[in-house]
Amino acid sequence: MWNWIQRFSSPKHFYSMSVPLIKWFAIAALVIGLYGLYLGLFVAPTDYKQGDSYRIIFIHVPAAWLAMFIYMVMAVSAGIGIIWRIRLADMVAAASAPIGASFTFLALVTGSLWGKPMWGTYWIWDARLTSMLILLFLYLGYMALQSAIDDQRSADKASGLLAIVGAVNIPIIHYSVEWWNTLHQGASVAKFDAPSIHIDMLIPLLLMAVAFKLFYATMVLVRTRNESLYRDRNRRWVREIVEKL
Amino acid sequence: MGGYAFFVWGSYAVALIVVLGNIVTPIMQRKKVIKRIKRTIKRESIELSRSNQGQ
Amino acid sequence: MNKRSRRKVLVLALVFGVSIATVLGLTALEENMLFFFSPTQVNAGEAPQERSFRVGGLVVPGSINRLPDSLTVQFEVTDNAENMTVEYTGILPDLFREGEGIVAIGSFAAGGRFVADEVLAKHDENYMPPEVADALKASGQYDYSGKM
Repeated sequence: MWNWIQRFSSPKHFYSMSVPLIKWFAIAALVIGLYGLYLGLFVAPTDYKQGDSYRIIFIHVPAAWLAMFIYMVMAVSAGIGIIWRIRLADMVAAASAPIGASFTFLALVTGSLWGKPMWGTYWIWDARLTSMLILLFLYLGYMALQSAIDDQRSADKASGLLAIVGAVNIPIIHYSVEWWNTLHQGASVAKFDAPSIHIDMLIPLLLMAVAFKLFYATMVLVRTRNESLYRDRNRRWVREIVEKL
Repeated sequence: MGGYAFFVWGSYAVALIVVLGNIVTPIMQRKKVIKRIKRTIKRESIELSRSNQGQ
Repeated sequence: MNKRSRRKVLVLALVFGVSIATVLGLTALEENMLFFFSPTQVNAGEAPQERSFRVGGLVVPGSINRLPDSLTVQFEVTDNAENMTVEYTGILPDLFREGEGIVAIGSFAAGGRFVADEVLAKHDENYMPPEVADALKASGQYDYSGKM
C-alpha cells in the first residue's frame, strides 16, 4: 500500500498522468461555464427586490465557495506533506495558493460591486467581509513564506503550518452571518430546509459553481506540473523531458 | 441590466480578468522554468567538455 | 542589500502588515457590535450621547417623509416594540423600502434628533422572480419582516 502511494505520488508519474486530466477538466469547465453564463445572464428571471443587480451572484457566490474550497485543499495537502512527507502534496498546496488568492479577491470585489447599489456601501467592517479579507491575507502570507525561504523543505513546513492554523478561519467565514449581526445576508443554498432561491436562479448558480471548481482542478494540475519541473530540476526525469522540448 | 450595468458588467469583467490571469500566469511560468533548466543543462555540458579537455 | 535580506525585510513587512490589518479589522468589528442599538435601547437612553453609533430596525411603512427641496428624508425604524425617528441627507440605497431592514450609522444632533451619516440596507437571503413574490404575497405565505 505504502509503495503504491509512493509510486503514484511521484512527481514523475504525476507529470505524465495529468495530461489527459487537464484536457478533460478544461473542456468540462468551458462547456458548463458557458452554459451557466447563458442561463444566468439571459434566462434566469429578474429578482423581485434587487432587479438585475442580483446577477452578480453567479460570479460572487461560486468565487467565494471556491476560495474556501481551495483553502481546505491547500491546508489538507500541506498537512499530508508535513506528516507523510509526500512531495506531491506540498506541490499541490503551493500550486493552490495563488489560485485561491485570486478567487478570494474576485469574491471581495464582486461583493463590493454588489454592496454599493444594494446596501449603499462598497465596504463595511462586518464579520463576513472581515473574515473573507483575512482569508486573502492568509493566502498572501502563505505565498510570501513560500518565496522567502530558500530551502524548499523548510519553506513547505513553515507555510504549511500557517495554512493549517489559518484553517480555523473557514468555519468562521461560514458561520459569521449567524454568530454576528452582519449586514451580509444568511445562506440561501446551504440550508437544511429548501434553498430560499428560485429554481431558475439556483440552476445557473450551481452550474457556475461546478464550472469554477473544474477550472480550479484544471489550473491546479497545470501549476503542480510546473512545480514538479522546477523542484525536480536537477533530477534525470526532468532533464530528459526538457531536452526533448 | 436595469440601471445596474456598471456593477453587473464590472463584476463579470473582473471575473474575466481573474480567469485569464489564472490561465496566462502558469503558461509563462512554465516557459521560464524550462528556459532556466535548458540553460543549466547547457552550462553543465560546457563545463563537462572543458574538464575533459583539461585532462 | 542582497536578495536574501531584501526578501526577509519584505516578509517581515508583510507579516507586520497582515497582523495590523487583522487587529484593525477585529477591533472595528468589536466596536461595531458594541455600538449597535435597537430603537428600544435608544429610547431607554442606553445609546451614547457623544459618539456615533448604529441603529438597526425595520422601516415603518408610511413613515417616510421627504423634506421639500432637499435630499433630506425622515423615517421611523422599529424593532417591532418601539419606534424612533431617523433623519438622513443623501441618496438612499436601492433596497431601502418600507418594511425592510436597515442599519443607520449616526449620532444625536441638537434637540435630540438622530441624524444618520450613512444608511445601509440589509436584505434577506430570498431570491425569486417578481411573479413568485406576488403569488406568495397573495397567498399570505410571504414573510414581510426582513430579519434583523
